[in-house]
Amino acid sequence: MRHDSPLMLPIAKVTQENSSVKTFWFDFALQSHPGQFVMLWIPGVDQKPFSIAYDDGRRFGLSIFAVGPHSKKLFDHAVGERVGVTGPYGNPFSVQKNRHYITVAGGYGAGPLGFLAERLEETCSTVDFCIGARTSDLLLFEKLAKKLSHVTVHVATDDGSRGHHGYVTDIVRELLEKKNKQKKDTILSACGPELMEKAVLNLANEFNVDCDISIERYMKCGVGICGQCCVDDSGIRLCTEGPVVNRKTANTIVEFGKYHRDKTGKKIDY
Amino acid sequence: MLDVTLCGVQFQNPLVLASGILGLTGAGMYRVIESGAGAVTMKSVSEQERPGHPNPTMVGNQTYFLNAVGLSNPGIEEAKKEIEHFKQLSHAPLIGSIFAGTRDGFVRLAEHIDEMPIDLLEVNLSCPNVGQEFAEPFAYSKEAVKQITKDIKEKTKKPISIKLSPNVWNIAELAKAAEAAGADAITAVNTVSGMAIDVRARRPILHNTHGGVSGPALFPIALKCVYDMYEAVKIPIIGTGGVTTGEDALAMIMAGATLVGVGSAVYYRGEDCFQKITNEIKDTMNSEGIKNLDEIRGIAHETMNNKQITIR
Repeated sequence: MRHDSPLMLPIAKVTQENSSVKTFWFDFALQSHPGQFVMLWIPGVDQKPFSIAYDDGRRFGLSIFAVGPHSKKLFDHAVGERVGVTGPYGNPFSVQKNRHYITVAGGYGAGPLGFLAERLEETCSTVDFCIGARTSDLLLFEKLAKKLSHVTVHVATDDGSRGHHGYVTDIVRELLEKKNKQKKDTILSACGPELMEKAVLNLANEFNVDCDISIERYMKCGVGICGQCCVDDSGIRLCTEGPVVNRKTANTIVEFGKYHRDKTGKKIDY
Repeated sequence: MLDVTLCGVQFQNPLVLASGILGLTGAGMYRVIESGAGAVTMKSVSEQERPGHPNPTMVGNQTYFLNAVGLSNPGIEEAKKEIEHFKQLSHAPLIGSIFAGTRDGFVRLAEHIDEMPIDLLEVNLSCPNVGQEFAEPFAYSKEAVKQITKDIKEKTKKPISIKLSPNVWNIAELAKAAEAAGADAITAVNTVSGMAIDVRARRPILHNTHGGVSGPALFPIALKCVYDMYEAVKIPIIGTGGVTTGEDALAMIMAGATLVGVGSAVYYRGEDCFQKITNEIKDTMNSEGIKNLDEIRGIAHETMNNKQITIR
């Protein structure tokens, strides 16, 4: 069920994921799917979309990096304080049986991919969990993924402080080149900076494998009304037909990796 | 069966995307045409870009949809690219929409947009959500409606439609003032002023405190506005406000609307609401033996004026 009127939920717990990301937990059965998002309202401040990082059916968690005034304000909130939650919204990652997933996370884009890896546990699918970050202290969900028996973790950092020294997409290319050893059909699932995502889409096209990508655009309403997140040229709304789109749809988004629109609607180049 | 002409512009069906919904980009509006709308109205543009209000800017439930976006837009120069992009993607009519805080601002915008490939120009005199910034909407004053309409008509060759507010007691008088000043059509209504308070948060939900109500709650209000205006003016009316079904659209036309604006229905029934509503209109027309929309336009007035109409 989608909640469009704000649920005023108390923060049940706050946990630290890495040097800058905290997870805010809420004891509420949101019944969401990996890749979906909620709108988080801090009364008097703002309301922004956040992808769901955990949902075990009884409680859910949002893993947040304090980038702007809204998330910084959230970091000042104590356990027990209430915030407004609406959702869950949007099209999720596909959770398929007997596939081989290569998940590709960049920076705090890892948000929904740990959740996806957990959901894949019951599907007889296997996962190469690739995570990249600028430095080792910014890696997300490495420990969580390592605990899962169907998952193999691969790490890349820009500065070489951990794992492969370079882009996470270098690892993905290597895995795809080895794919003939696997019997299952491969699917790429990506979430992270847009230029990384574009590189993943290019790899999916080159190796002719399925691909789900979570694409971020400025959102206001989250419910498909305001038109803020419509993309060129198809005009699909990334809050509703996205944020996760498949390879075919991603290939129709001509602005992908090129430009996006700010809150006025003005185009901004990447 | 559903085709309509308004101000010399041909529409394949009477449903027009209302301004402020999905009208920010050319591609977004193109998709609305693909979803079955007869035409689209772009989101209102100003001379300069505007970021709008912080969120929440919209909240919806079963009975009403409430918004206070604060007229965010990229400004007329950027909007021009979106208008041109729409026209590359679609041949359907495009209604431009402008707003300004001053009479001079409206005139400059009208002059500017006149060069762009729009088919009709809607003049938004009635947004209720920027009150503190621009004082009360122009649509509350007969004098302002008259002056701005007259000024804009001098600067553009495009047919113009004045968008009026339901937050007045005399909308028919305001429509008359617009007609007398040379308006080619009336768009009515904008949203009605309202607010929502979250009991648990103990405060208004909209960041802007108050906003504009649309959705099912607006429909009977909009219907009466259209009915009243139809008796007062001869120019065509784009009847807008809370239309979510084919029956709503037909009632609007029976009240006197030539075209029917559809906005919040996207929230209630999805982006394909246009296709759903046109199908419902056709079904009702077939079962009621209505051959075309001209036959029923304003017919509710005729029945009330004791003209003999046999219902079989």
